[in-house]
Amino acid sequence: MYVYDEYDRKILNDRVKQFRDQTQRYLAGELSEEEFLPLRLQNGLYVQRLAPMFRICVPYGMLRSEQLRRLARITRDYDKGYAHFTTRQNIQLNWPKLEEVPDILAELAEVEMHANQTSGNCIRNTTTDQFAGVNADEVVDPRPYCEIIRQWSTYHPEFAFLPRKFKIAVNAAPGSDRAAIQVHDIGLEIVRNDLGELGFRVYAGGGLGRTPMVGPVIREFLPELDLLTYLEAMVRVYNRYGRRDNKFKARIKILVKALTPEVYAEKVEAEWAHIKGSPTRLTPEAIERVKAYFNEPNYQTLDDEPAELVEPRNGSRPFANWLKRNVKPHKKAGYAVVTLTLKETGVPPGDVYDWQLEKIADLADEFSFSEIRVTHEQNVVLADVRQKDLYRLWEMLKTAGFATPNLGLLTDIICCPGGDYCALANAKSIPVAEAIQRRFDDLDYLYDLGDIDLNISGCMNACGHHHVGNIGVLGVDKKGEEYYQVSLGGSSQRDATIGQILGPSFARDQMADVIDKIVKLYVETRTAEERFIDTFRRIGIQPFKERVYEPAH
Amino acid sequence: MSRLIKVDGLAADHWTRLEKPVDGKTVEVPEGNVIVPLSVWLAQRDRLEARDDIGVWFDSDEEPEALGIDCRRFPVIAVNFPKFTDGRGYSIGRLLRERYGFRHELRAVGDVLLDQLFYMKRCGFDAFVLREDKDINKAAKCLEFFSEAYQAAVDQTAPLFRRRERTVTEEAGEVAFA
Ligand code: SF4
Repeated sequence: MYVYDEYDRKILNDRVKQFRDQTQRYLAGELSEEEFLPLRLQNGLYVQRLAPMFRICVPYGMLRSEQLRRLARITRDYDKGYAHFTTRQNIQLNWPKLEEVPDILAELAEVEMHANQTSGNCIRNTTTDQFAGVNADEVVDPRPYCEIIRQWSTYHPEFAFLPRKFKIAVNAAPGSDRAAIQVHDIGLEIVRNDLGELGFRVYAGGGLGRTPMVGPVIREFLPELDLLTYLEAMVRVYNRYGRRDNKFKARIKILVKALTPEVYAEKVEAEWAHIKGSPTRLTPEAIERVKAYFNEPNYQTLDDEPAELVEPRNGSRPFANWLKRNVKPHKKAGYAVVTLTLKETGVPPGDVYDWQLEKIADLADEFSFSEIRVTHEQNVVLADVRQKDLYRLWEMLKTAGFATPNLGLLTDIICCPGGDYCALANAKSIPVAEAIQRRFDDLDYLYDLGDIDLNISGCMNACGHHHVGNIGVLGVDKKGEEYYQVSLGGSSQRDATIGQILGPSFARDQMADVIDKIVKLYVETRTAEERFIDTFRRIGIQPFKERVYEPAH
Repeated sequence: MSRLIKVDGLAADHWTRLEKPVDGKTVEVPEGNVIVPLSVWLAQRDRLEARDDIGVWFDSDEEPEALGIDCRRFPVIAVNFPKFTDGRGYSIGRLLRERYGFRHELRAVGDVLLDQLFYMKRCGFDAFVLREDKDINKAAKCLEFFSEAYQAAVDQTAPLFRRRERTVTEEAGEVAFA
């Protein structure tokens, strides 16, 4: 994992001092609400329905155990003893006091953490595959490139006041796309060209929100060293020509669509021609320097399928189930990738208590080189667990409530904070998640259903990524009442698709029934081995419409 | 009192800025040091060319390409920030400096507040007309909020990754060139 040097520390400490000064000037009345707004947003602080919320950055989802412990302490000292993992691989506090945020930032900086650009109209945290570096199927480890982008985008002087927020995601796995790069403002796919050289396929103008769009390719191959100059050209064209008159039309996707992807690409190429040879062009040494931080940890030479794993697996069905759902193969023999599920029924998806954070830190120390990753599905990953330790780990996870073996299943719901916490919400989202989790509490049935992504957002801003859920649920306002619109067939995988709306929306207490009907039709119609999304693609939305809206007999 | 700040401190302002003419009207450019709107310069170029006391100003939706390297002739160019959240002026600044080689005074005007000064400076601005209600004595501090930066920009042409490299190579230098 990346470790700060004196430069990084200096820059971050200056930032903490700067925000302290800004907060003081705000409290003294020297900065108006409006003037303070972008400053605090770019330091992660935004004001929501009940209180300020504070969004802490987890660069490309990586955390060390000491950082988790510090977070736990911060939730105790400055908040109500819990934190929330967001769908953007960040961590949110729900109840900080504005005056104390500079102190929180100072505490975070001591462990090389911050809240930089986690909100506001600037370049946000770059995200990637949560299995980066341990995935057998990857061209190279994408994290060094994310770190390089992090540094370039941090306090970029030209791009602090873009028309709108701007998100970049990187994927390096040819067989999957866990980073959902095609629904980002810029998506970068690490590839090799015919000569075997490393580079990027560049997508632009994807996004969710009000106008969901799958981003088109704007350059098939960008050589590795040109990464930053090209990004600079792309963002500059957006900064100059993106719409600023209407906040709903200000994302880059609107610009790319209005210009057409071809014309946007031409403008970028023309801009890039001027700067491709500038000092911002990367050097092999600069890339090597960052790569060195992501070298493999000290793996032992081990065999797959040790007796310590095989025996309990044969003896315990719950353990076998958990292995099947929550444990993934690792590129190194004898190791495994374990996902801790934070989706227990009755707990808002992504919420963790301070003691749980500390527990995860202990587990990371004991089982996984002191590192964890957070996922956009709001779970936590221990990426380097020895297979022979899996049974012992599982026992410990059960006690802590992290072993619900529902990963990727219908009840592993992605859910935004919704109307319980968020001022922008049309409707609550957490109670809907809970109702569905309660309805589908039979694990055998859930296994039988297999992979289904169910995503819930409380409004069009789509923080719960409802457009790309196999089943998407969107909170809508119908004459002042909370209603829910259902869409089907979305996917954020390699075959990124935006879901289709099923029809008129439903009241909250109908939701579990509606999902039940959808799922039953799938079970009746599927062919062997067909996932929900495959069945949907085969039969289309019509049969689902008929089933859900058929008059009761 | 002048609201003009230069990177090295408060300064007297010898320039007046001419507002944009109302649609279709031709404006009379007065004698003395005047910063005229880009459109006025483009329209009255023949008449104004002989004068050496003319500067131009860009609005945030205007393009430095309209002048190109011709910008170098002006003793001062101003860029208007109609709202401090309008970030186009930063790109205009960098383009004038980095692409078109403008070397004289580049001033930020309009909704110029304290907390954006550092970024403006990095993008090539060296003069700032601070908004009326902002404390001019705090500008110096705000111009220097950060002692280091990751990116290359006008004030620091080598990005940090190249400077880090240099430190590494300098350390390794003796061995490498021995
Ligand atoms: S989707 Fe809407 S309701 Fe949910 S967190 Fe985002 S803004 Fe709030």
